[in-house]
Amino acid sequence: MSDIPSELRYTKSHEWIRSIGDGHLEVGITAHAQELLGDMVYVELPEVGSTMNGGDDCAVVESVKAASDVYAPVAGEIVEVNTLLQDAPETVNSDPYGNGWLFRIEPTDESELNELMSAEDYTAIVEAEG
Amino acid sequence: MPYIPHTEEEIRQMLDSVNLADIDELFSEIPGELRSGRLTHVPSGISEMEVGRVMTARSQQDGHYINFIGGGVYEHHIPAPVWELTTRGEFYTAYTPYQAEASQGTLQLVYEYQTMMSSLMAMEVSNASLYEGASALAEAVLAAARTRKKVTTVLIPRTVNPVYRKVVENIVRNQDIELVDIPFSMTEGTTDIEAIRAFGKNSVAALVIPQPNYFGVLEDVDALTDLAHELDALAIGLVNPTAMALLRPPGQWGAEGADIAVGEGQPLGIPLSSGGPYMGFMCCKNKYVRQIPGRIVGRTRDGEGKEGFTLTLQAREQHIRRSKATSNICTNQGLMVTAATLYMALLGPGGLRRVAARCHHNTRALQAKLTGIEGVDRCFEAPFFHETVLQLGDQPVGDVLRAIEAQGINGGIDLSVEYPELGNALLTCATETRTVDEIEGYATHLERVISRRSMDPPSTGKVAG
Repeated sequence: MSDIPSELRYTKSHEWIRSIGDGHLEVGITAHAQELLGDMVYVELPEVGSTMNGGDDCAVVESVKAASDVYAPVAGEIVEVNTLLQDAPETVNSDPYGNGWLFRIEPTDESELNELMSAEDYTAIVEAEG
Repeated sequence: MPYIPHTEEEIRQMLDSVNLADIDELFSEIPGELRSGRLTHVPSGISEMEVGRVMTARSQQDGHYINFIGGGVYEHHIPAPVWELTTRGEFYTAYTPYQAEASQGTLQLVYEYQTMMSSLMAMEVSNASLYEGASALAEAVLAAARTRKKVTTVLIPRTVNPVYRKVVENIVRNQDIELVDIPFSMTEGTTDIEAIRAFGKNSVAALVIPQPNYFGVLEDVDALTDLAHELDALAIGLVNPTAMALLRPPGQWGAEGADIAVGEGQPLGIPLSSGGPYMGFMCCKNKYVRQIPGRIVGRTRDGEGKEGFTLTLQAREQHIRRSKATSNICTNQGLMVTAATLYMALLGPGGLRRVAARCHHNTRALQAKLTGIEGVDRCFEAPFFHETVLQLGDQPVGDVLRAIEAQGINGGIDLSVEYPELGNALLTCATETRTVDEIEGYATHLERVISRRSMDPPSTGKVAG
């Protein structure tokens, strides 16, 4: 069972969301997701300033065996992307909840955060996937 | 690679394993109204000897003409080893095999091809080829549009081959891409750069830059490339590969080079034939490698440290990326690529340069001879490569070409169909395969046809008075 930090929020599509204090949300993919995908070779990030609806595909993580979309967990504007990943996509594997974050989003409606899954609910989903 | 069809027994076993009675049941979920039914117009089989007779008769319908037609595909000398080797059993399959890495020889050849094309275009990346030049241009437009998500306008000069413009329109019209024509100078035959400047920054996804353009004329590719980049648009070079042996290749255009280079690979060792097969080539800057379609072969080391070749960057392709793949075209023209690779290897950079120089020389000679005829003038002032546009004054080009054809000469293309504003304009071409005598012969016949028609104009069918 991979690491699922209790203080984060999650989506069914395996994104994690961290509230970083200034009203912005940091988004990445979970340890479970990066394990499924394998060694990352490329990360395509959204443009800073672009606006997303919740559920829009806004990034792509490409591993040696697959490429997978990453979705905006809530509606909002992309305020920052992790440019470190352009040269070091493997950081998503080595530190998925830390330096492997993908983008930061300023939500249109902060209360949407409360609709996202808790660590407990996400754990149940991962376990159900077996 | 042997072709082994399924036996009745194997088909039976497969049907049994999925619990189906027959093949029809396998497709039973397709509604009846969507099925085409049985083929009704296919005649019953004939013998090999009869087939041979039919095919010979049909091939003779094409006739044997001295060819001065270009317009996108070109008659070049193809050294005998090219097709002797290409048609060897080891190469004689049009596809990258499904277990690609089992065919190291094929992959090495594609890798060599990519290396040669990257070098000829001065670009960082080449794919393993596409179907032909026109669809390669369409794929380049789609790739460029993917990099500029919110900008949907792509500029295609009218100096781009009309057939290519139609194919691109057909392929991209349902992809939310707006193609905009750019006019050309009636005196120079080059793209009107001021018409492009009228578009603002960030309003254009890409600009197509043909070199040489459909009229054979050389465009100011440096200025066009730099202007595209000023507008924050991608520069797509559409080039003749033979010409690139003489002219500066797309990777060296302007300050930063073109972003994508595509074109028709037929001049590299592929014979003229009605409808192909030909091949499209596609190169790009490294930063766009994930946007281009098609297969890419990479060189690597295997588990024992030995050099080997492998398909790489496959996550762009539809067997992995499904509906979000860069294209539904993930195949290549393997056999044509084999011929092109052998052709380039046999000629080398120096040989290709001599072919290009001889083509240019012959077309200059052709133009000089033909414009020496009264009533025949050069249409455009700008320099050309191996094709040129001539004005035939008041002589309808179609009629003149038919009269010349009766003398065993295909004189060129009647531009009045696609470019009525040019009047009686003829696009004509002389590659390295045309001899001095053939060029003389063309001039002699053209002069006679024009002077006879001028003295004795054909009846217009109108009643005088």
